[in-house]
Amino acid sequence: MPFTFIVSKALRFVLTLAFLVFGAIAASPARADAVDDALAGFTTDKYDDTDKAIQGVILSGAAMGGAIFDALGAGRLVFDPQSKTVLYKDASGALKLAKTGEPAPAELAGKPLKTVRLNNRLRRAVEAASGAFELRSPDRAKRIGAAKAIFKTREPTALPSIEAALAAESDPKVKEILTQARAAIVVGKADAPEADRAAAAATVAAVGDADALAALTNLPADSPPAVSAAAAAGVAAIERWQSVANVVQNLVYGLSLGSVLLLAAIGLAITFGVMGVINMAHGEMVMIGAYATFLTQAFIADHVPALNHASLVIAIPVAFLVAGGVGVLIERTVIRFLYGRPLETLLATWGVSLILQQLVRTLFGPSNREVSTPEWLQGSVEILGVSLTWNRIAIILFALAVFAALQLLLRRTSLGLQVRAVTQNRRMAGSMGIRTARVDALTFGLGSGVAGIAGVALSQIDNVSPNLGQSYIIDSFLVVVFGGVGNLYGTLVGAMSIGVANKLLEPWAGAVLGKIVLLVAIILFIQKRPRGLFALKGRAVEA
Amino acid sequence: MRRFFGGVIAAGALAAAALFGGSPVLAADDTIKVGVLHSLSGTMAISETTLKDAMLMLIDEQNKKGGLLGKKLEPVVVDPASNWPLFAEKAKELIAQDKVVVVFGCWTSVSRKSVLPVFKELNSILFYPVQYEGEESERNVFYTGAAPNQQAIPAVDYLMKEEGVKRWVLAGTDYVYPRTTNKILEAYLKSKGVADEDIMINYTPFGHSDWQTIVSDIKKFGSTGKKTAVVSTINGDANVPFYKELGNQGVKATDIPVIAFSVGEEELAGIDTAPLIGHLAAWNYFMSVDTPENKAFIEKWQAFTKNPKRVTNDPMEAHYIGFNMWVKAVEKAGTTDADKVIDALPGIEQANLTGGVSKMLPNHHITKPVLIGEIKDDGQFDVVSRTDDLVPGDAWSDFLPGSKDLEADWVTLKCGNYNTKTKKCGGQGT
Repeated sequence: MPFTFIVSKALRFVLTLAFLVFGAIAASPARADAVDDALAGFTTDKYDDTDKAIQGVILSGAAMGGAIFDALGAGRLVFDPQSKTVLYKDASGALKLAKTGEPAPAELAGKPLKTVRLNNRLRRAVEAASGAFELRSPDRAKRIGAAKAIFKTREPTALPSIEAALAAESDPKVKEILTQARAAIVVGKADAPEADRAAAAATVAAVGDADALAALTNLPADSPPAVSAAAAAGVAAIERWQSVANVVQNLVYGLSLGSVLLLAAIGLAITFGVMGVINMAHGEMVMIGAYATFLTQAFIADHVPALNHASLVIAIPVAFLVAGGVGVLIERTVIRFLYGRPLETLLATWGVSLILQQLVRTLFGPSNREVSTPEWLQGSVEILGVSLTWNRIAIILFALAVFAALQLLLRRTSLGLQVRAVTQNRRMAGSMGIRTARVDALTFGLGSGVAGIAGVALSQIDNVSPNLGQSYIIDSFLVVVFGGVGNLYGTLVGAMSIGVANKLLEPWAGAVLGKIVLLVAIILFIQKRPRGLFALKGRAVEA
Repeated sequence: MRRFFGGVIAAGALAAAALFGGSPVLAADDTIKVGVLHSLSGTMAISETTLKDAMLMLIDEQNKKGGLLGKKLEPVVVDPASNWPLFAEKAKELIAQDKVVVVFGCWTSVSRKSVLPVFKELNSILFYPVQYEGEESERNVFYTGAAPNQQAIPAVDYLMKEEGVKRWVLAGTDYVYPRTTNKILEAYLKSKGVADEDIMINYTPFGHSDWQTIVSDIKKFGSTGKKTAVVSTINGDANVPFYKELGNQGVKATDIPVIAFSVGEEELAGIDTAPLIGHLAAWNYFMSVDTPENKAFIEKWQAFTKNPKRVTNDPMEAHYIGFNMWVKAVEKAGTTDADKVIDALPGIEQANLTGGVSKMLPNHHITKPVLIGEIKDDGQFDVVSRTDDLVPGDAWSDFLPGSKDLEADWVTLKCGNYNTKTKKCGGQGT
């Protein structure tokens, strides 16, 4: 099967090239009946027929080939089941006839059109077919994409079209990638001159990523010594670089995990760390924040779709207010009667957490809700071989921003001053005229609101379900206790060190064992230093 | 040890028979009680609540048709709250107090294992609707979900044949179903000549949400030039962050396809599926299957739940088949008495929703078609492959050293683990 697959893939490339070279030179008008025959294959809704249709379109030399494959790959190729007309929607959504590219007649537009279905095999065929077209696309990004795809597949039959494209190319960046793609093919080409292949090996090695490594390690066994030597040197260099990049990557992943922990824990650092309330319902505040995000997004999508891309940003204050409000409510109705009685607080907040979970389950149903990711947070960026997803980068920055804002609030505002005063010495603060009950409620609301903000961020990487909070509550307590109760900087350092340690352990211990090892290490650490990394000093602690 | 246990259970069953044996006939009541044992709160509520609703719909429908044996069916719903020991307690409550004659329930294997002794002791019937790891066949349990040979093995075969996969990542959540399934798959792949270094096995804790390292490992593992695929037995909530990370790190189905055994329409409802197009799932039912039976079922379901967007899934179909088989068996036996219904069930046939007729086998598993679907952008699956015939469920895998000699047959052998080598019942191979 793989052999026949390669053959069919190769054949398809040859066909594409044949069309590109001869079709273009002769500028022969596409044989109309051949195009019709080929297009008919798209209308039977069978994978094998679609496959034949793809090859048919290439063979027939239809002028619309590029547009057809473009639309097919993007799921925009449609047909009318009755008249068997094949149409495509262009990028702007306008309906056009596949055969000619003319706008579709009005009577077709209103009909229930069916999309041509693809499976993975066909998707690869479309990619291969459109690759050759795209090497000559006027769109620079498309040319780069096509050249990169060829670098990855190292398809020998693509060599002539690469060389043709190289000769015609003027953009230096595209030229560079085309040269690399050419090198990736040449280095494994048995009939190329030895010097060329050795030089190609060096070019490929300079790319230095995983695809380059694959190109160099999969050379035919009978390659001449000069080529093998150049390849081996390249492999060694790439592997050396990759082992460094691996460590960097794990560190960055660790920071990213740490920032998620920081976000989840920072609200608890206030309710538990500063106020001393063992708040088992903290996770549910995060969950409420995530659901607030879901509702905000749904509302904006329904009423002001123009703001869709900004809905996450708008959800931040909404989540803060909703979760904060619920927090104030819980403090006023439950927790204020239990100050100084940690065991009762623990049980009461545990009960509150179960009530909130079941309430959300009843209101929204037990299944996950979809919070969509705006376009600017999708995808990833590759920096020096370390691939980072945008949403993780955003979460790292967001966590640090929330941390800084909270620090400012506690250090630089009068509310912050009052909070610190009340938590350090309640009676003294009361005697100075601070309304301690109000400060308690606001502090608890602040902690809950920050947890709600964490929910906005977590809705991007985790399930929005009634169970969301449960998976973070233990980690949050761990971070706060490890970092040192009552110290926000301790929470920051604690979260980041747990994150990094977790990610450094994971590659060799596995996710399950890594977590156990880490837990044991933290328990031992707390045995040694019961007050955590940054212990508060002074009389407040003893009180 | 096993025999000793068997003795204890037998003694317990005797005692139970002495206690309750006097009144198995509920002639005084004019309803037949049917137990529904699915978690409505806790972590498993996400999956099990749907099944509870499905059961209520099926019972409601049967009542509209005139009930069973001239009586109405009465559902008794309890909530074991995703708490495994509570499953056993609630099962006992259903059978002993509420006097239900059959129970439809459980999702996780651990909850099934927890209720097994109760069903044996009180001699009742459990219909278990979820795909599972096999290696079990009990007299009181009927398995209407897929055994590994009805899901995992055909899925791997499909990838080998259609996609030419040479390198395998077996990724799963760390508990009994993925571990056993991966053990079976590993033995199977090796029997097909896959080398050790071409198999990567990875386990993660329940609810794992940070997939950065694992996805980037999979990318690296798949960049050697050999076609790579991921076989995922990742369970429940962990799937959403896993698929999000796959999408964000740009792992496309055309490069490294992921085939999942626990991801269905219901799970996809929480994700934007655009980056996941082409990733696969193996089930015995998909909502997108175009048959008149399925269309009618979906219409009834959406009308019953009053939600025109509500999706159906594979375990729901398993309950549909199981419930109708039970109804037919009761009609055949003319009674709801557990022993008579258990004897009547093997051989019962019931049309499934994908256009075939499933049959209850002597090993208490059923025949099912195996479908492979690719994820579409609307959260549904496009069926790209289906077996020509229905595949009979095999309780004991042929690819594990301990179980390949075992056979389950409750009709002629009256045994769930008959050893064909030693010709004895109750002999686990190892």
